[in-house]
Amino acid sequence: MAHAYTPGLKVLHQSDVEKNRRLPIKGKVVKNIGDNVSPDMIVAKTDLPGNVQMVKVSNLLNIGPGDIKDAMIVAIGDHVDKDQVIAEMAGLFGLFKSDVKSPIDATIESISDITGQVVLREKPIPVEVDAYMSGTVKDIIPEEGVIVQATAAFIQGIFGIGGESRGEIVMVTDNRSDEITPNHILEEHAGKIIVGGSFISLEAYRKAISMKIAGVVVGGFNYFDLEPILGYTLGVAITGSEDLGTSLVVTEGYGKIYMSDRTFSLLKEHENNFASINGATQIRAGVIRPEIVIPLSDAQKSNIEETRDQEIGIGVGSLVRIIRAPYFGKIGKVKLLPSELNKMESETMVRVAEVDVNGDILIVPRSNLEMLETN
Amino acid sequence: MELKSILATDCGSTTTKAILIEKIDGEFRLKVRGEAPTTVEAPFEDVTKGVLNAVMEVEELAGRKLLDGDNIMSPQKNGSGVDIYISTSSAGGGLQMMVAGVVKSMTGESAERAALGAGSIVMDVIASNDGRLPHEKIKRIRQLRPDMILLSGGIDGGTVSHVVELAEILSAANPKPRLGQNYKLPVIYAGNIKAQDQIRDTLGELTDLDIVDNIRPVLERENLGPSRDKVHDLFMEHVMAQAPGYKKLMSWTDAPIMPTPGAVGFLIEMIAKEENISVVGVDIGGATTDIFSVFSGKFNRTVSANLGMSYSVCNVLAEAGLDNVLRWVPLDIDRKELTNRIGNKMIRPTTVPQSLEELIIEQAIAREALRLSFKQHKEFAVELKGVQTERTISDAFEQSGSGQSLVNMMDLDLLVGSGGVLSHAPRRSQSARMLVDAFQPEGITQLAVDSIFMMPQLGVLANIDNKELSEEALKAALEVFHKDCLIRLGTCIAPVGKTKPGTLVLSAHLVFQDKSTQTVELHNGELIKIDAPYEPIKVILTPAKKMDVGSGVGEPIETEIFGGVTGLLFDGRGRPLDVPIEKDKRLGLLEKWSNAVDEYPKNN
Repeated sequence: MAHAYTPGLKVLHQSDVEKNRRLPIKGKVVKNIGDNVSPDMIVAKTDLPGNVQMVKVSNLLNIGPGDIKDAMIVAIGDHVDKDQVIAEMAGLFGLFKSDVKSPIDATIESISDITGQVVLREKPIPVEVDAYMSGTVKDIIPEEGVIVQATAAFIQGIFGIGGESRGEIVMVTDNRSDEITPNHILEEHAGKIIVGGSFISLEAYRKAISMKIAGVVVGGFNYFDLEPILGYTLGVAITGSEDLGTSLVVTEGYGKIYMSDRTFSLLKEHENNFASINGATQIRAGVIRPEIVIPLSDAQKSNIEETRDQEIGIGVGSLVRIIRAPYFGKIGKVKLLPSELNKMESETMVRVAEVDVNGDILIVPRSNLEMLETN
Repeated sequence: MELKSILATDCGSTTTKAILIEKIDGEFRLKVRGEAPTTVEAPFEDVTKGVLNAVMEVEELAGRKLLDGDNIMSPQKNGSGVDIYISTSSAGGGLQMMVAGVVKSMTGESAERAALGAGSIVMDVIASNDGRLPHEKIKRIRQLRPDMILLSGGIDGGTVSHVVELAEILSAANPKPRLGQNYKLPVIYAGNIKAQDQIRDTLGELTDLDIVDNIRPVLERENLGPSRDKVHDLFMEHVMAQAPGYKKLMSWTDAPIMPTPGAVGFLIEMIAKEENISVVGVDIGGATTDIFSVFSGKFNRTVSANLGMSYSVCNVLAEAGLDNVLRWVPLDIDRKELTNRIGNKMIRPTTVPQSLEELIIEQAIAREALRLSFKQHKEFAVELKGVQTERTISDAFEQSGSGQSLVNMMDLDLLVGSGGVLSHAPRRSQSARMLVDAFQPEGITQLAVDSIFMMPQLGVLANIDNKELSEEALKAALEVFHKDCLIRLGTCIAPVGKTKPGTLVLSAHLVFQDKSTQTVELHNGELIKIDAPYEPIKVILTPAKKMDVGSGVGEPIETEIFGGVTGLLFDGRGRPLDVPIEKDKRLGLLEKWSNAVDEYPKNN
């Protein structure tokens, strides 16, 4: 059977989700294999080396860099307080003594008799990593972190902003075609993840931020509305470090696009359940898509076989979404994958797929299809 | 050893491309090309898998055996295997460097030029005078986590303290390499010879320090070679060795793996030298656009890290502005709808334009990506700064001297384009239009595109230093470059000067190989295409009184030019090319220009 290699977005009822929770540098892991964790539990911690300040002591004392060691009254490794004298020089006949004070609480890291500089390092900055989602510690990455495992419903979005967040799922629109309007966002939604249909306007998203909503999951958002939110024009899709308070996960794309039926139904199925979401997106080699993870309780777990390795490609019968104009957003089933090249309206010669969209057969370049991975 | 066949791969961040070159009837020609997704990322995490898949496609298409299990068969025996296997790589984000120099516009710039010339992406230039406080520099170095750092500063025998101060900043930042937590960050020192001991004391323990000759031994001279070579060595030893599967790949190749842009740059520099011409080459990719130029024998490369056609397409929009993109779109289109469409291309970067409207929008963005990248290139490819030149009183009025751009469009002989949007445009006239609109060549300039983007492989082939093979390999690279790689589009003839709309700017008298003749009268604002194959055409170009086509204002030229698959483009639209902002006027002009070169299908 012919196949086309097109990675798709996952919309899974039940999946084995694993998350690497790693420190940026080596540190201490505080959980053990088999431990049950909840999203806010700390799993590893470390201290980042403190910020550094450089003080040009020789200039301040008006001496040559080579004389700095005579002037220093503290040594490498010493702790100094803010405003503590670290170097001094007696003036003419012992009068007009001049000195240099430390601008910060710090440790002396180095003293250079070439540049006349002293390097001061501030206190280490503690860094902690939490578990992000409820689950079990499956493995330990020595000195770096843990792998948390959970059986969960798992949905990938196409684009998001804001980092990790968590909360209870609330459906605020009745169907997948409805927009989230400011009226849908209520005080009682604070700390929760609200889900809507096709679109959220800038006004409504701003209201969500002001109401301290944990996250918004929606079909579409306007590209040009990102600028007033982020404060800059998003040139390259690398997001996740924005401090917005309300993460946004867009499931379909830019513009007003109905949320896919499967995504909307799955989220509806989990209304009032607790979910972890992450808006972080990186569209580069090693792509990262935003996600919604809803860990399942034992009662919710079923015995269905997982369909994990579906990224092999699109085959006849695959459910696909068309991801470029003129049929953008349409969902259908692949009828045929002819091997010869076809000429498009643009005169581009490409390999195509014949896709059945509600009885209409559309000819679409294979690279303009996205497989909907479902189970 | 007589060379009969060469297999070459280029491992890109998304696709691995393989080409097979064979000696057929005494000359080297491209036989077939195959490709497969690159396998650096999970779940494969082994670049050789993608290489083998691409080679398997080549095997199928060429109808002969190249692989024995997971090994490339070498040398060629009884029609199986190949004599040489080589590769380039930009997978895993290529080589990402940070450079440091004492004065940003002097040693800082020289270090940047060396790093770019070696094929790296320069993430930042740290300099003593860059306006940032030491703690800000330290924070930046920590954040970026480069693959390698090139530290320069001071002329030989000059002041030591500034460059040691930079080393102290590096030491305080204690940067960790991007790939692999268990090795020390490679640092190359190419600064004042007198500071070497102090640099060793400051960085020797903490980093993997290499010391090479000063990049700027005296103010008047750059010495980029030793630093560039060291970057290549370290790229192989450290960065590539950390990437998954590269150790295995390195054991397969007959020459060191080169960073992709380094190989392309080498080839362009060689062509310019061989033919004694000025060349500009461009490779527009999904994330970045690389520009290479050789003017007056001086090579320069720039990489515009966030100007590309898919991953960074929105950045083109952000930097150029919507109006600048729209000025190339001969359609009335809703502005907000357009931005959403471009946004959707960014988040789904692998899609292709199915409708004509989508193709037109994509080619409009390409013009702006190319224009902006070339603007950056012109600002970077300059004479050495900080050099004192003797001036006469007349020079003082011209304000020329150090720091002047080397790029002179009137001197440009050949403009070569490559990358998906240029190499795979459905009509070659579209590629020609994109190149001319974006680069705006002046006078007489030949245009070409890389047929299937094989310049990287040919670059590494031309650079093999194995004595037994190098001569034949170089011959093979040049033969394939001229016969199979370059598609000659034709020649652009663009007179420069100020005249009123509609007035005559140039008369041309053409004598073709079959002795037939043609006269062309070009008016201000016009674009005329004359069909002519790639063969010499005698031409007398007579510019109007205030116009210059290469030999001075109003001076005629008698010369030989070449046609190509598009032909001759007479461009009377002026330089700089201004497209009216008013919608009706703009749409009318764009349609006229488009029809003149038969750019898009007529029925739409």
